[in-house]
Amino acid sequence: MSETGIATALPAELVRITTDPSTEPFWRAAKERRLVAPRCADCTAFRLPPTPFCPHCQSASVEWVELSGRATVYTYTVVQGFPGLADITLVPVVVDLPDAPGARLVTNVVGAAPGDVRIGTELTVDFHPISDGWLLPVFRIADPPLGGE
Amino acid sequence: MSKNVRLKHSGLRDTAIVGVGATPYYKRGESADRSINQLAGEAILAACADAGLSVRDVDGLAFYSLARAGYADQMEAGEFVETLGIRELRFSAALTGGGGGSAGAIGLARAAIVAGDASIVVTVMALQQRTRLGTVFAAKASTPLASFVQPSGLAGPGHLMSLLTRRHMHQYGTTRDAFAEIAMSTRANALNRPKARYREPLTHDQYFGARMLADPLCLYDFCMESEGAVAVVTTSIERARDLRQKPVPVVSVAHGGTREWGRAFSWFGMPDDGTFASSGHKSIAQRLYQRAGVTAEDIDVALIYDHFTPMVLMQLEDYGFCAKGEGGPYVLSGAIRHSPERKPGRVSVNPHGGQLSEAYIIGATHIVEGVEQMRGTAINQVTDAELALVTGGPAALPVSGLILGRDR
Ligand SMILES: [Zn+2]
Repeated sequence: MSETGIATALPAELVRITTDPSTEPFWRAAKERRLVAPRCADCTAFRLPPTPFCPHCQSASVEWVELSGRATVYTYTVVQGFPGLADITLVPVVVDLPDAPGARLVTNVVGAAPGDVRIGTELTVDFHPISDGWLLPVFRIADPPLGGE
Repeated sequence: MSKNVRLKHSGLRDTAIVGVGATPYYKRGESADRSINQLAGEAILAACADAGLSVRDVDGLAFYSLARAGYADQMEAGEFVETLGIRELRFSAALTGGGGGSAGAIGLARAAIVAGDASIVVTVMALQQRTRLGTVFAAKASTPLASFVQPSGLAGPGHLMSLLTRRHMHQYGTTRDAFAEIAMSTRANALNRPKARYREPLTHDQYFGARMLADPLCLYDFCMESEGAVAVVTTSIERARDLRQKPVPVVSVAHGGTREWGRAFSWFGMPDDGTFASSGHKSIAQRLYQRAGVTAEDIDVALIYDHFTPMVLMQLEDYGFCAKGEGGPYVLSGAIRHSPERKPGRVSVNPHGGQLSEAYIIGATHIVEGVEQMRGTAINQVTDAELALVTGGPAALPVSGLILGRDR
């Protein structure tokens, strides 16, 4: 087994996203280094990933809200290696977004030792290049780290 | 009414499984000298022979996982009809989703029979590992929704489920010792089974010395990458009584699930009320028991879909064998160890060695074991077992469950 290194995101050429009319505003904002989430224009419930209907009231009206970029680790894993990349260390996380309650993102913690990531660790958004000129929202441990359990 | 008399009359009992068949179980790459459709055909012919039926008389096909064979191959009803010599097809359908529907496919077969559309319905699953399931998502083209999960490097199902596992450990204090116990007890059940892929005992030290694949999941928390095929024949209870084997009635069956679970590991938005760190089966369990008129205490043997050890633990909670959050202490008490004698407060789980130790054919081996337990012919038989629970995989909806019984 390789040594666990500093967590990173997958290299740009390995990450290729596709969009549809519901999701495209999320990615267009990310390209401008803004983290946004769709909020139902009728009942104000947030949802992610962006989908055509509000699951609470079935409305198709959406307001895109710019978020602060703060997030909290809801759960995480540590993965050493990826097909073709034996030495990569990934810390995939599911995060809660304090200013978009009810919506979660599946993302990566980058630039940290995996041992410093815990459930509840506070994070801030950063953006990582991926294929076709898009940017992927990823997260770093907030400074100063509140860390620990 | 005595308990046994009550259980003998409980539930649906309008259809029965009358035949099961399987190929040998192979390691990855070992069945490459045959096509996947040949494997499926062998299993279908074996299941028909077991039932004492000719394959020509099959008139229905009830698949799951969208009739995929594994994740990379597609089964086609027309091909089976043409190449096996089935006379006339009258029903062909598949549950949507993936391995979550394995147990529920028998409900699809039942639906066809009860509706009068078909009379002899085959369910089949075949698997070869040309695409490695362990990293299946890394190789898949992205979709707009998958673009919200895939970029994080969650390369396979185990990576996804490690996230639920971590949450369960955090919320309920569950420890890796519980997952080790599931891996070790399942392995212990495989030791005396000629077809099992793994027949050496698994020790505590081996478990804790194994490589982490998706922390907190190590090598032994993952089911194996095996190859083979399994088929099951279902017909009406009346017809079943004229066939070769003792009928195994379908006592209850359900598939589906709730909005809160939804696409599960494909969105991770499940609420924090005990749903996220669960198997997604709670509503299925309720419907299944209600239809059968039984509770978890009446289940004599549990064939629990074991793609990953923690998902066995979470299903034991959702199916009511223990309280929510108590899965760790429950399995560590020895409650799931196989014992021929049924005792209150415990249940024999996967006495066939499951997908962790016997073979992984996307849930189909659990149906076979349920049938053998109800016939009384299982290698690790629970004496006089009256009811067997069979579950489909915790996965994106639909998930499913099945209760099999003994005929009167
Ligand atoms: Zn709404």
